[in-house]
Amino acid sequence: MTGAPVHQFLQQLFTGLATGAIYASLALALVMIYRATELVNFAQGEMAMFSTYIAWTLTNAGIPFWVAFALTLAASFLGGVAIERLIIRPVQNAPVFTAVTVFIGLLLILNSVAGWLYTYTVQDFPSPFGDRPLLHSLLTTSALGIMGVTLAMLVLLYLFFRFTPIGLAMRAAAQNPVSARLCGIRVGRMLAIGWGLAAAVGATAGVMVAPILFLDPNMMTGTLLYAFAGALLGGISSPLGAVIGGIAVGVMENLVGTYLIASQLKLTVALAVILLVLVLRPNGLFGATLVKRV
Amino acid sequence: MAGGVGISTGPAPASERIAGLSASSWRRAGLAAAILVAIALPFLIGKYHTFELTLAMIYAVALLGLNLLSGYNGQISLGHGAFYAVGAYTAAIMMQRWGVPYWATIPPAALISFAIGVLFGLPALRLEGPYLALVTLAMALATPQLLKYFDGWTGGQQGINLTKPVPPHWLGLGRDQFLYLLVLIVLIAAFWVGANLLRGRTGRALVAIRENPISASAMGIDTARYKTLAFGASAAFAGVAGAMSAIVVGFVAPEGFGLLLSLSFLVGSAVGGIATVSGALFGGLFVEYVPNIANDISDAAPGAIYGLALLMLMFAMPVGVAGYIGPRLARLARRPRASASNPPGESKQIGSIAIQEGRKP
Amino acid sequence: MRLATRLFAYAAPLALLAAAGQYAAAGGTYGPGASDTEIKIGNTMPYSGPASAYGAIGKADAAYFTMINEQGGINGRKVNFITRDDGYSPPKTVEQVRKLVEEDQVLFMYNTLGTPPNSAIWDYMNENKVPQLFVATGASKWNDPKGHPWTIGWQPNYRVEASIYAQYILANMPDAKIAVLYQNDDFGKDYVIGLKAGLGDKADKMIVATQSYETTDPTVDSQVVSLQGSGANVLLTAAIPKFAAQVVRKVFDIGWKPAFFMTNVSSSVSAVFKPAGLEKAVGIITAGYTKDPNDAKWKDSKELGDYLAWQQKYDADANPADNNVVYGYSATNTLVQVLKQCGDNLTRENVMKQAASIKGQVLPMLLPGVVISTSATDFAPIKQMQLAKFDGTNWVYFGPVMSGVGS
Repeated sequence: MTGAPVHQFLQQLFTGLATGAIYASLALALVMIYRATELVNFAQGEMAMFSTYIAWTLTNAGIPFWVAFALTLAASFLGGVAIERLIIRPVQNAPVFTAVTVFIGLLLILNSVAGWLYTYTVQDFPSPFGDRPLLHSLLTTSALGIMGVTLAMLVLLYLFFRFTPIGLAMRAAAQNPVSARLCGIRVGRMLAIGWGLAAAVGATAGVMVAPILFLDPNMMTGTLLYAFAGALLGGISSPLGAVIGGIAVGVMENLVGTYLIASQLKLTVALAVILLVLVLRPNGLFGATLVKRV
Repeated sequence: MAGGVGISTGPAPASERIAGLSASSWRRAGLAAAILVAIALPFLIGKYHTFELTLAMIYAVALLGLNLLSGYNGQISLGHGAFYAVGAYTAAIMMQRWGVPYWATIPPAALISFAIGVLFGLPALRLEGPYLALVTLAMALATPQLLKYFDGWTGGQQGINLTKPVPPHWLGLGRDQFLYLLVLIVLIAAFWVGANLLRGRTGRALVAIRENPISASAMGIDTARYKTLAFGASAAFAGVAGAMSAIVVGFVAPEGFGLLLSLSFLVGSAVGGIATVSGALFGGLFVEYVPNIANDISDAAPGAIYGLALLMLMFAMPVGVAGYIGPRLARLARRPRASASNPPGESKQIGSIAIQEGRKP
Repeated sequence: MRLATRLFAYAAPLALLAAAGQYAAAGGTYGPGASDTEIKIGNTMPYSGPASAYGAIGKADAAYFTMINEQGGINGRKVNFITRDDGYSPPKTVEQVRKLVEEDQVLFMYNTLGTPPNSAIWDYMNENKVPQLFVATGASKWNDPKGHPWTIGWQPNYRVEASIYAQYILANMPDAKIAVLYQNDDFGKDYVIGLKAGLGDKADKMIVATQSYETTDPTVDSQVVSLQGSGANVLLTAAIPKFAAQVVRKVFDIGWKPAFFMTNVSSSVSAVFKPAGLEKAVGIITAGYTKDPNDAKWKDSKELGDYLAWQQKYDADANPADNNVVYGYSATNTLVQVLKQCGDNLTRENVMKQAASIKGQVLPMLLPGVVISTSATDFAPIKQMQLAKFDGTNWVYFGPVMSGVGS
């Protein structure tokens, strides 16, 4: 059991894949917002955390898991729309800087209110996939569940943007708001739906990862950075890139921490590697090249 | 206070006279009065309030650096706490290990932060928008870890306790008054340097680059050089502020330089108004006082009150306090002459408004 | 809306307090912040920021004082407890403490939380001769009556605890190969230091692997896998509850079965083992000094009943099983004892003197046999702990109440 280098390597690899899937799921939500608004939502992690508390409250009230999950998705969608209408819209035409500051304000509020309502004690959150070891303890069912759900979300998003009228309209609104408006698309409404969907994707991520990270108001603080790194590594506008980037960050972080340097500097080195990749490929691995116009 | 208006509008035409004085004379008189009030303050208020104001001024110096970067370089930084930490630890290590007097640690703190800023600015040149945000965010998160890792120098987790400076006897000042005045001198010097940097050739080059990098380089501006220098200068301001904070607080530890510090710098900068010099003052006051006020209102969720205050302010003044007040003051000054016909190009004159169009790269 | 009701909830007892403050004993000797009717006490806590889980201690402290005030106060004086948020940032702590000492004129600071924040105000408190009582940190440096006569700790320090584990390992597992997982800060590092000190010259041979994590890390799974790979058969974990729960689960999931020592900080059954899965925690050993409110042993005791009644009445938002709440409840009990001892002499000197002369105080929520005592040369109030093993539902205490090396 112990010591075998190959087993150790596989163990780290699979642990990295499982952690990477966590980053990937949140990265997808970041990409959703970015595609709608060209902004990175720093409050995405806290929004997902808050959604997870909603699910937790519902399951604790005795509602079956999947029903609670569906209700959480609906609540998160509405919450996302409300945030867009009430908090983002007023600063829509303000500089990027203002928007980023507003995100930070939102992050602080959500974190603080969650701590106030639910305390900072770590809460147990049930996994819908159980918690049994698989493959000689290389993986657990809950980790496999996250990977499956993340891939499913990816496929659903792809189909949504590719084939549904509303998905197409959203893409048009994001890429060229003026032309989209001329074609009769209500750009404002598309933005609100984009926020709602991103909140729902984030809620899914939160509910899936809470059994692994455990639920507390700071659950997503560290995770967001890795998700952000994953999304950028893959190219911030590409959902597929976000998933691959997120998983790559998870695997790299684990292997770097095990084989290269002391685990104290795991994060620092992982980020340095990402920086290097970005300097070589400024738009990420799968991102579209920005064309600059004069 | 008048700096924001002064920098962005440039020297007022001599014909604009109010009560026989030109607008720039008024500005100078206002500035002199403000400095006099600032000098008098520590003799009028208690020790603790003096200390609080000292901290607010230190933050203002750091925010000035950040404004230089984001307002004039068009780059966003979520990691200026790292440069603040570099300055703080430079001062702390020099004072504690080598017995260097406190005042002599400020120039090295500025130099070292400048050098690290330039080194960091080089790769940052190639990154835009969210990519730069990520890298600087990572820098903020990595700072405490690095401080802990190099514990031979930094004292690691235990931090470094410093002996506080003793004011010279002949001054007859209390320690807090002395430190306040010391920081005030640094603040004025920093604003003077900052304003000159922006008013001159460098400032115009930076604005040209921010507004349209491609045209700027076509006009022969060495984009990379200016942007890298701006990054370095910005880091130097933050480093000086960090060094002052180590001297004033008398203690440094990794926990003081985490992500929250960097985020509050960003917040302070946005609240004050990013493309302004005077905005840094408002920002400094916000960063220092608003969390305390939030705490006075509620122990249960101070973060929520703080966040709410922040949102309200950004809704009311999306371009920050100085960005909001500056143009209005300028208009007020012009009103006696030509109130009916505001020139259509007015907004062009106000640097802080131009940033509104800075959303697209 | 909720805020308004809460504000009212705080304001109402305060109004009562003001009205009831009349019949206090007159004619005492007072330092700043003390009078015939009031004792003003300052405190800082991380109510915001990464360490906000500890904010529960400050709220419990405040709740305990509310109860004391409703019962008539201490020697007829009401406690005015002013607690402020420092976000666990040392510069902010300095600022808040200066505000409390210089503006609010508190008599002393009590239970300020965290090693870095307390280190930042250490010199300030001692230079200005303001007592820094029962700091809420387990670092060993607070026991320094000569160098810092105005600062005193409360809980057993982390090194003592680690050395107790070392004693146990030396006595029972001569062929131990020890792996340590620690939080990369003073809390975690003190365990490594204490363990090494406890193992003495065997330390280098026995400790085969150490791994650390940052509180910003999403998971510690990778570190656990690495430690398993080292071939260790003993695991010591110095992690806060969230990460401790992850360790318990991961160790089980990868099929590793070491002798597992868990820091007292993360020994709460409901906050650590339940999230991880109770069956995964069977056999874990810890050293305790407080009672776990969920432990069936204490269920029918008067002590636990009192605690729960207090929590429901005065600290209703808190989780009663949270160790931090027990901590605040117990530490404040010690402080009240000190203030009672002060009588009508409420000067800073006397408060410090009384804090350094506690004779064998027994607290309801501490384990039987653990007593609190201090003297002019001993600023470490709690020095004893008892080992316990988790049986799947409760802690089973075994062996004698132990004192560590270097307490």
